[in-house]
Amino acid sequence: MIKRIRLTLTLLACLAPALAQAELTVDIVGGGANRYPLAVPALAGEAGGQVVTTVVKQDLALTGLVNIINPPNPAMTVATPNAVNVATWRALSANAVLAGSVSPSEGGNSRVTFYLEQLAPKKTLAQGEFDVPPAALREVGHQIADQVYQALFGEKSFFNSRIAYVLKNGRHSYQLQVADVAGQQARTILRSKEPIISPAWSPDGRKLAYVSFETQKPVVWVQDLASGQRRMLANFKGSNSAPAWSPDGSRLAVVLTSSGNSQIYLLDVAGGAPRRLTQSDAIDTEPDFSPDGSQIVFTSDRAGGPQIYLQPVAGGAAKRISWQGAYNVSPRFAPDGKSVTYMRRDGGRFRVVVQDLATGDARVVSDESFGESPSFAPNGRMVLFASEQGGRSVLWASSPDGTSKVRLGVIDGEVQDPAWGPFNP
Amino acid sequence: MFKRVLMASAVVSLFAACSSTQPPAAVVAEPAQPVVVAPVAPVVDAQAAAQAAAQARMQAERARLAGESIYFDFDSNAVKADQQAKVAAHAEFLKQNTQQKVQIQGNTDARGSREYNLGLGQRRAESVKQSLEVLGVKDAQLEAVSYGKEKPRAEGSSPADYAENRRADVSYGQ
Repeated sequence: MIKRIRLTLTLLACLAPALAQAELTVDIVGGGANRYPLAVPALAGEAGGQVVTTVVKQDLALTGLVNIINPPNPAMTVATPNAVNVATWRALSANAVLAGSVSPSEGGNSRVTFYLEQLAPKKTLAQGEFDVPPAALREVGHQIADQVYQALFGEKSFFNSRIAYVLKNGRHSYQLQVADVAGQQARTILRSKEPIISPAWSPDGRKLAYVSFETQKPVVWVQDLASGQRRMLANFKGSNSAPAWSPDGSRLAVVLTSSGNSQIYLLDVAGGAPRRLTQSDAIDTEPDFSPDGSQIVFTSDRAGGPQIYLQPVAGGAAKRISWQGAYNVSPRFAPDGKSVTYMRRDGGRFRVVVQDLATGDARVVSDESFGESPSFAPNGRMVLFASEQGGRSVLWASSPDGTSKVRLGVIDGEVQDPAWGPFNP
Repeated sequence: MFKRVLMASAVVSLFAACSSTQPPAAVVAEPAQPVVVAPVAPVVDAQAAAQAAAQARMQAERARLAGESIYFDFDSNAVKADQQAKVAAHAEFLKQNTQQKVQIQGNTDARGSREYNLGLGQRRAESVKQSLEVLGVKDAQLEAVSYGKEKPRAEGSSPADYAENRRADVSYGQ
């Protein structure tokens, strides 16, 4: 039986004008019932739109691992650990309460405090204090959520990361954007009348490699996010595409066509002569490095249709790993290297697959009428992909076991090639 | 054409220069040297005219060929029999104009992964490139690139739209 719980938060217009009426929807399916029950009353004294409280609740809900419990009375707040009434919150089945407050500080700043209080036994699991200008309150919300998450689950959260994607609006408007995981606070880093595809994050989160058609052919560029400086990395005769960074950031795998077909090559980030990595007379493309840098996973149609293959970077034979379906593409490693996600096209359906590399078990974690380019969150807890709904784009995240699926955000226009970045630098 | 106009205007300015700098006749001590006056009527250069006409024909042919796309069947990169004549016309032109370089741009319909489609479009472009080479065009004149599914000519999703996008264009540049 599928149990479905729906949590809806209405985002405030002042926070996200483009998403004024957007709803954040979290669908929990099946095993998601094991979520941690956390009570999150509004931070005491937080006026107006309750920016911090809203962001904290949103982020924690997005993990698919936390069941947010609202207070019986929305006006109820808990400023300090001493103010936590254990009986009240236990009656609501909460295991812990997020207490805290927002108060005016010097120079128009706000002082924000929080305490993560476990109820039985009563114990402060995490606490913190911030003194920031109003513009930074959203960021404070992300940081509190991150600290709460780390205290509850013993690992970094993915709020501390960003996504990159290409936003297409009409035939001749392409924007390469970087945004937070909910698709908000988007910043355009490249605007072009010609297509941009395949953004790839550098391991340190400071650069993006991508393919731009601005010179009337596909060329691989590398751009520094902070300075905006960019340069051509691969502009060889023919097509240049599908960049992927090695985990140490020193090399990129790219697809070149000098042999008369699409093959995977290695290039030093500083430039120099490419070294051919795959040897086939087929299309070999969409490389991605394993986290230890020893292997690449890629798409090849050497057996007819496109399928997923692994190959050692040092040299050696390619090994096919996908055996179900006639069209498997766009593979990406999980951060622990133990599984890969890819897209399977079956009839008119697009299925996000997560495959365990040790057992070969391939699980369909989402089944969509449209989808492309799944990628793992940097903590491995979610797989990101974009879908389409009523002419707008929807960013989804699914847990790798398929038990929870979260709608991260809705964006006007066509979102292409979403790529989940590493933890923020 | 341009050359001839220049020449005529040079003659005119020569006259202008003479009339303004020539001192009055009475003061002339010595008789003026005989002056050969260039004819004012335009000179027709037969070779230049023929060249210009050939150039115009070449440009018209180039413009015509640039619209001659090569179409492919679904999931195929084979140059079909009914597309061979167009490839041969491109080849003929390129052999006669060996300084001409072209970019062969492969395209696909909108189904599937962007990068894999880039590979499929490349395959179509390479297929046309090989056909041109078989017909005697030099490799140095040719570059095969792919636009994949990124630059569809037909934006719809009907079978006819998809067929229109399964195509390679030969771009002769500006």
